[in-house]
Amino acid sequence: MEFDPVTLARIQFAFTVSFHIIFPAFTIGLSAYIAVLLLMWMRTGQEKYHRLARFWTKIFAISFAMGVVSGIVLSYQFGTNWSRFSEFSGNVIGPLIGYEVLMAFYLEATFLGILLFGWNRLPPWLITLASVLVALGTATSAFWILSANSWMQTPAGHEVRDGIAYPVDWLRVIFNPSFPYRFAHMLNAAYLTTAAVVLAVGARYLLAGRHGEESRTMLRMAVGMIAVSAPLQLVIGDLHGLNTLEHQPVKVAAMEGHWSGEEPGHLVLFGLPDEEERTNHFEIAIPHLGSLILTHDWDGTYPGMADFPEDEWPPVVNVFFTFRLMVGIGLLLIATGFWGLYLWWRGRLFDNSLFLRTASYMWPLGFVAIVAGWFVTEQGRQPWLVHGLMRTVDGVSPVPGASVASTLALFVFIYGVVFTMGIFYINRLINRGPMGEAIEAAAGLPNRPMSAAEEAAREATGREPGEGPGRPLTAPKG
Amino acid sequence: MEWYLPVIWAGLIGTAVAMYVILDGFDLGIAILFPFARREEERDVMMNSVAPFWDGNETWLVLGGGGLWVAFPLAYSIIMPALYLPVIGMLLALVFRGVAFEFRWIAKPRHRKWDIAFAGGSIIASFLQGVILGGLLQGVAVEDRQFAGGPFDWLTPFSIFVGLSVVTGYALLGATWLIMRTSGPVQDLGRRLAPTLLLVVMAAMVVISLWTPLAIDRVAERWFSTPNIFLLWPIPLAAVLVAYIVWRAIGQGREAVPFFGTIVLFLLGYAGLVISNVPYLVPPDLTFWDTAAAPASQIFFLMGTIFLLPLVLGYTAFVYWVFRGKIAPGEGYH
Repeated sequence: MEFDPVTLARIQFAFTVSFHIIFPAFTIGLSAYIAVLLLMWMRTGQEKYHRLARFWTKIFAISFAMGVVSGIVLSYQFGTNWSRFSEFSGNVIGPLIGYEVLMAFYLEATFLGILLFGWNRLPPWLITLASVLVALGTATSAFWILSANSWMQTPAGHEVRDGIAYPVDWLRVIFNPSFPYRFAHMLNAAYLTTAAVVLAVGARYLLAGRHGEESRTMLRMAVGMIAVSAPLQLVIGDLHGLNTLEHQPVKVAAMEGHWSGEEPGHLVLFGLPDEEERTNHFEIAIPHLGSLILTHDWDGTYPGMADFPEDEWPPVVNVFFTFRLMVGIGLLLIATGFWGLYLWWRGRLFDNSLFLRTASYMWPLGFVAIVAGWFVTEQGRQPWLVHGLMRTVDGVSPVPGASVASTLALFVFIYGVVFTMGIFYINRLINRGPMGEAIEAAAGLPNRPMSAAEEAAREATGREPGEGPGRPLTAPKG
Repeated sequence: MEWYLPVIWAGLIGTAVAMYVILDGFDLGIAILFPFARREEERDVMMNSVAPFWDGNETWLVLGGGGLWVAFPLAYSIIMPALYLPVIGMLLALVFRGVAFEFRWIAKPRHRKWDIAFAGGSIIASFLQGVILGGLLQGVAVEDRQFAGGPFDWLTPFSIFVGLSVVTGYALLGATWLIMRTSGPVQDLGRRLAPTLLLVVMAAMVVISLWTPLAIDRVAERWFSTPNIFLLWPIPLAAVLVAYIVWRAIGQGREAVPFFGTIVLFLLGYAGLVISNVPYLVPPDLTFWDTAAAPASQIFFLMGTIFLLPLVLGYTAFVYWVFRGKIAPGEGYH
């Protein structure tokens, strides 16, 4: 059997990067949430914030570890699988990745060590500072990696000589035309996704009648966050779409299932795009709405697929459907946010079981939307690796297909096993729930499984064993 | 073209690789020694002794790879395809070991599989790092600015020997770290294993020091031509001396000297490799200057590095200072 190295390299990269993005997306949001919780704890002195921060920090640690190990793979995969691309673009986007490592990775990794292990050795304000630095690190990381990615979508500030890209203007390289939109869209997606997870966990506890105080706090914070960030995401996404129309019109045509640029665009709610017949089958569409959104004119026109040569077409079907998946989830989250706000206003947020049950299943939604969104933008860039400058087929490494195929099989197997276990363990931690870690650590007996008596006491009272007024937040190490 | 920029960058990346080898060396070494510790509590202490640091340590690997791409894109785009299988194998092995730091605690009491993943992943990753080093030292086939060899060019007796040497080297770093940072049975384990490991490491260094000049002419010429031989002979002598100091310190029950002595030993070995290969980045043909990024790119990243690298070193030192002293049993956060 003959392996096609380009297709295999694409599948391998798509697989590893899709797996990877789930974890940074979660850790960007979760680190910010933990920092907020610790700041609230410092401000109010309320123990529930501390317990919540400690609880989410454990989940953060697992996600971060999975993000790190799957991310190191990527930093080498540019070279192993896309060496011609690495040589072509190294002068321009290499330094952006370099800055990501120096400004973000060390910051996150080092201060996470303090956030996890420092409770017995450092004052609370320093731990809180560490959590802020970790959150800052994750967002900085997003800044640089999205700048590099955006340059591949909308390259600027460079010139090409002898088949190699050279930098001309660094500010234009970094702040290339699509970067501000992509960065805002991704960062907000991370916060929104995390809020959905927090919402689901809070709802799950409330339904089970556990951790009442913590759950109510989680639910309020999550509903507030979703009610703001979900509609905001629609606005950012719309602006991002207009930017894409300007710079990568064929991608927008594929997203919309828009074939003829002569006619006003419909908003296609559903359809089955057919690249050969250049039409959508079974189309359900709202006439002219596409034009209204994209050109702000009822009869406005914008390029359709037919306006581009076929060898510059992205895979229309994939782009079309993943876009609808992403937008559909976005709308669902907007609805959830407003529903939650309404219940909150009516004082029913914590006892409407339909809302709680619905919310408890919402944790994966943000992740699915993020992966779908990346499929839209990355497949929509095809057949280019760097838009207009280098085609994907020209960027691949001189490595035999069999090598790529065998490592792909290993990736699928190992990621499958390791990350399934990871999700299983995260679930186990969530089942255990927030605990009074500070006391255990002070007694010098961490790592100790909770005794059955403690568990029972907690179940009975909904409080931590030993919890009471005047309990020291942290005690010096014994 | 500014001739000095690639030299500065070669120095910086060389430093990042040295930092990686030392820092991740000892925490990979802990995991390599996992099978020698029988009791669960001992393994807990071993893992906790490196848990706050491992993530930062591994970041040097990202800086090494990423930095190579930034500063020497051509070298990066040749080396990675040339060493495709061992590089990806190493990264996959690191996956197992990295997640084990978290998974092992949550899986308790059924954590045995993560003990195996932690040790196995670390042993394979260390071995393949040595194989990558050996594969690079023996040279890479290049034609028309691209890798032009086969997928198994790296697989030679030499690269396998270097791989095994790196495993024992990291194990020695791990054992001396245990002597310094732990007490009781875990420290005893370090004391028991360190002398044997030291002997094996010294033997491996001798073999590699003889093998490389015999197999590779440019290495022989570098070391044994005049006047080089008169300038370079203190390096192997210093290695022997340091090894003796470490040996005695272990026997005398000293706690910090064996670890820092082992680091010096590593640095001397590293210096030997650098001397053998300077200025080649992709032996046998391509030098720093042949593979360098555009000066504008090297300068742009250098400007930031001048400020950021000291900052990184500063807070790395801060973390090691915070978590100084002996590890108490049960000191973790899980």
